[in-house]
Amino acid sequence: MRKVSQRLADRTFTWMLRLFTFSLFALLGTLTFQLAEASSQAWNRFGLSFLNGKVWDPVRGVFGALPFLYGTIVSSAIGLVIATVVGVSVALLLTQYAGRWVAGPVSFVIELMSAIPSVVYGLWGIFVLAPWIRSGLAPALNASLGFIPLFRGQIYGTSLLTAGLILAIMTIPTITAVVRDVCRAVPDELREGALALGATRQEMIGLAVLPFARSGIVGSVMLGLGRALGETMAVTMVIGNRPQIVASLFQPAYSMASVIANEFTEATSPLYLSSLYEIGLCLLLVTTLFYAMARVLVWRVERRARGTLL
Amino acid sequence: MRSLSIASGVILCCATLTGCGLVPSPAFLQPTPPKGLRPLTGAGSTFDYPLLSRAFYDYYNEFHQEVNYQPIGSGGGILQLVKGTVQFGATDVPMNNRELALAARTGGAVLQIPITLGAEAIAYNLPMVHHRLRFSGPLLAAMFLGRVRFWDAPAIVALNPGVKLPHWPVLAVHRSDGSGTTYIFTNYLSRVSPAFSRIVGTGKAVLWPSGVGGKGNAAVAELVQNAPGAIGYVELAYVLQTHMPYGVVLNRAGRYVAPTLRTATAAADAFAELTPSHFSIVDARGLSSYPICGYSWVVLYRHQPAVRGHELRRLLTWLVTTEQARASAVDNVPLPAVARRLALQQLGRMDD
Repeated sequence: MRKVSQRLADRTFTWMLRLFTFSLFALLGTLTFQLAEASSQAWNRFGLSFLNGKVWDPVRGVFGALPFLYGTIVSSAIGLVIATVVGVSVALLLTQYAGRWVAGPVSFVIELMSAIPSVVYGLWGIFVLAPWIRSGLAPALNASLGFIPLFRGQIYGTSLLTAGLILAIMTIPTITAVVRDVCRAVPDELREGALALGATRQEMIGLAVLPFARSGIVGSVMLGLGRALGETMAVTMVIGNRPQIVASLFQPAYSMASVIANEFTEATSPLYLSSLYEIGLCLLLVTTLFYAMARVLVWRVERRARGTLL
Repeated sequence: MRSLSIASGVILCCATLTGCGLVPSPAFLQPTPPKGLRPLTGAGSTFDYPLLSRAFYDYYNEFHQEVNYQPIGSGGGILQLVKGTVQFGATDVPMNNRELALAARTGGAVLQIPITLGAEAIAYNLPMVHHRLRFSGPLLAAMFLGRVRFWDAPAIVALNPGVKLPHWPVLAVHRSDGSGTTYIFTNYLSRVSPAFSRIVGTGKAVLWPSGVGGKGNAAVAELVQNAPGAIGYVELAYVLQTHMPYGVVLNRAGRYVAPTLRTATAAADAFAELTPSHFSIVDARGLSSYPICGYSWVVLYRHQPAVRGHELRRLLTWLVTTEQARASAVDNVPLPAVARRLALQQLGRMDD
């Protein structure tokens, strides 16, 4: 009797777990389907030219997504490059060099940083970061690296560069936390072995820690990418919100999440709304694409790592 | 262990079922309705939100009826009205014929009632300039088109003789979110500048050829205050409360006029005829009229069920009469006589 009821409870529990897991797939499926359906009007009207159209003019009903794709991808790329360098460095310092009295407080600060709401980062960006970029960083970059088109042109403060830096600051905690945990998991035998062979601490990191942590690092960058691509509020506040594609990082740009947040509430014509839905669909596809690429990368890195280590 | 897993299963099940609305949630979880009257619900314009939230607070104190207002944007307000999820919408631009036709299919004729008058100030950031700068419509159009690129350009100097202007680049700051504020401003610039009308046009969100965008009045104000050489259009109430420097604008009578409650009223009074299809009051005639002004509207169905309709009429009548006296205390322009007349006439057409 006891056994029967136990089995029943067990089976119910398993089925419930299955139900919840499956509901995630159902959710994503219906979301994609509804986005596709809502954007069908824009798709019928513009077709592929929606993706490479550079003009977004609500008054004349011409909608192209390219400037938003560009803004989202470039700002995320800037943010991720900076965040990866800083995040991995901090993680290495925390796990390989620092004593407990440094690692503890630093870890605490990093965890605190990831808990700050994005609108707070945005406000800080508009009041502190943007003025500093306008009067400090951008003129300095222009003076030293002005021969590269990226660092030329008029300086406004709100720009692609500002958005990239805000995204870097927001993704550093994610990357640092994951890489720190991965580096901690490196077996002591490996590190001690490298040191016993006469490696310096720096060589030990290159020989034992980084190869072991490689897939974890790529995974952490993936997590950071997810946050950067979809970040809305902070980016909207500092990117300048102008749909254009120019080489200079000092110029204002626009992102996909920002244009939805900005224009969705007041978009009244059906084609306009439909175009905004299609931007949402594009964002979903771009995110999926990057995740898939990162997934493949992790898989290849893992396979190679297994080949070299074991 | 076993009882724990069963208990957790039961809790999870309950949570899902309540979440789906299959099982009514316990009474203690539901907000207690106010005694007697059911709350009225509305949604729409974010521009109206400060005004309406204060007004509805006053209304509750006076009549003990709650009014829930969701500031989801004018477009959203119209959509929710058509879908029947709210009893009134608020919009910065009256509904056009296409929207009215759509609404007619679901709920019949729509009444559009002006509820507040707004003016927009031209704010700028030139710390060394202590004079109040003068602007004209064509000059503003040229600055926002990116054609006047520096503050010491001849076009600006010509209007401001004797003012020492720096050789700083002009940074035109606009609203990045769709808004009635942008509609009024682009409506004005299109009226006074054929080039602006051709290149940009009139709309709640437009394709700006230059400058940067900020989300909401607050962000535009912040961008202007933080970027030397910036110029932007901001709600008058917002400028008055943040003490930003703002300019005077040349009106049709050839006078430079500052935005105030009085000059906005003068502009509204210059239009004897006000209807939901002739709603624009930019570039008004009259010596003391400020040229960049506009109304905001509440929209609702003409046919209402008896009790509901009575309550709505009482609310809106109160809003366009009694409550307007308090508007100037918070830097909102009280509704001029012509608009109040239209509002009451529209409310008189309600069937309930």
